[in-house]
Amino acid sequence: MPHLVLDKVSVHYDGQPAPAVERVSIDIGKSDSGRGDFVVLVGRSGCGKTSLLNVAAGLVEPTRGQATIGGRPITAPGPDRAVVFQNDALFPWLTARENVAFALRLRGVNADKRTRRADELLSLVKLEGAGDKRIWELSGGMRQRVGLARALAAEPEFLLLDEPLGALDALTRERMQTTLLDLWAAAQVGVLMVTHGIEEALVLATRIIVLAPGPGHVVRSFETHFGRRYAAGEPIRSIKADPAFTTARAELTDAIFEGEAA
Amino acid sequence: MSISAYTERPAAKASETDGLSVPWSRPKPKRAAVSARLVSAITILMLLAAWAVSAELKLVSPVFLPSPAAVWAKFVVVARDGFVDATLLQHIGASLWRVFAAVVAAILIGVPVGLAIGISRIGRGVFDPLLEFLRPIPPLAYLPLIVIWFGIGEPSKILVIAIAMLAPVALSTAAGVRGVSRERINAARSLGATRFQVVRHVILPSALPSILTGLRIALGAGWSTLVAAELVAATRGLGFMIQSAAQFLVTDVVVMGILVIATIAFALEFIIRRIERVVVPWAGRD
Repeated sequence: MPHLVLDKVSVHYDGQPAPAVERVSIDIGKSDSGRGDFVVLVGRSGCGKTSLLNVAAGLVEPTRGQATIGGRPITAPGPDRAVVFQNDALFPWLTARENVAFALRLRGVNADKRTRRADELLSLVKLEGAGDKRIWELSGGMRQRVGLARALAAEPEFLLLDEPLGALDALTRERMQTTLLDLWAAAQVGVLMVTHGIEEALVLATRIIVLAPGPGHVVRSFETHFGRRYAAGEPIRSIKADPAFTTARAELTDAIFEGEAA
Repeated sequence: MSISAYTERPAAKASETDGLSVPWSRPKPKRAAVSARLVSAITILMLLAAWAVSAELKLVSPVFLPSPAAVWAKFVVVARDGFVDATLLQHIGASLWRVFAAVVAAILIGVPVGLAIGISRIGRGVFDPLLEFLRPIPPLAYLPLIVIWFGIGEPSKILVIAIAMLAPVALSTAAGVRGVSRERINAARSLGATRFQVVRHVILPSALPSILTGLRIALGAGWSTLVAAELVAATRGLGFMIQSAAQFLVTDVVVMGILVIATIAFALEFIIRRIERVVVPWAGRD
């Protein structure tokens, strides 16, 4: 039952007058029942969301504080924490299936097993039959699905999602939200996600962490339960129409813009 | 209808286009592409005609400018009987072999050097000044030195051509490596790729379109160096053929040789473009 922990992490980039993030602590758990935390970082531009995600990924070294996974310090990127970026970062010289199988190929898994596993994952993200497609033949939403399947192929403990739906149009984004919830349930991973979407955060998260800039720090952190209702079988539209959802959205919006006018 | 339907600029079929969904740039009739080619064809025909007429009217002495017909006749004769102890095919074969051997050498050395420049600061510190030093020197300037070092045999000729090709291959490779998106590399690392695997599975394929472009430029440089390389102690080759013809003022062979080189270079360019389309079909699409 590993935890991904950021402990009083500060990030100060070379040549910047102020730190991007100061003393932020986040604990993402993964329980024995398999349901991991789905932690969503929200906040205005410049609040250090992506910096924190990169620290968790091992792409940025914290200036102070420490990032650990299962108690071991994070020093480099690793397949236990697969990252999905906003721009899919897929490999255009490979087919969709080969992209998904990339992590397996790195490990020297044989071709038959690779293909079988990749096809399983492609059907998990509802792209069955698209395995032979080239990346440039896929729409933005399909690309992100391939990106998610590729990350899951590494069999990560945690998924780190950096605005994965940011570049998609509104309708595709709504559909991808349910895909994310399904994946999260099926793959039994903990998730750390960065987003600008307030509704998205409420739908997906088990915990929302609101950050404010100057330098980035946590202003609020609260648990939500809307994702659980989807998992229990309630349609996403009916959840979003619930007055409780509207109230939560207003509350979250207030928290994000708190102090902005001052 | 969402706004994105307009910004995506769909390739509208005429049948689907109505007054409300006119795409941003309306498809134009395909006249422009055809006419550019037509203009090129007419230009070439005009030049040929001017050449034929001035030769026919003897505006210029045939020693300076043989007629197109004379050049063609010479082409047939040399192709059949040869010129200075070798048929045209043998001359072409000798030159092609040198150019290809040089291409292989330039790739074997240039691509790793380019990778080193693009990937590591030390590699860049070591190789960048060497290449910048080598690049502007005309091949005729270092040819004598290479002959002193390596003699007058085949290796010297290949080496001269390969040196001319090295810089374009290495610098294009380096540019390609530096252009690899950060996110792609980070994604691969987070999927468990080692440093070597990142180079092998991400950087090299990402740089491939750029490497192929460098190869095209290098082939151009190689052909221009060919004649210089064949100045010294060659007994075969297109450059040698032109040289010896010039010494005896056999101008029709000189002109014919030039046209043969141009044709081969054009054909190679065409072939590489074909290869690009097959090997890197994603170039310019991501």
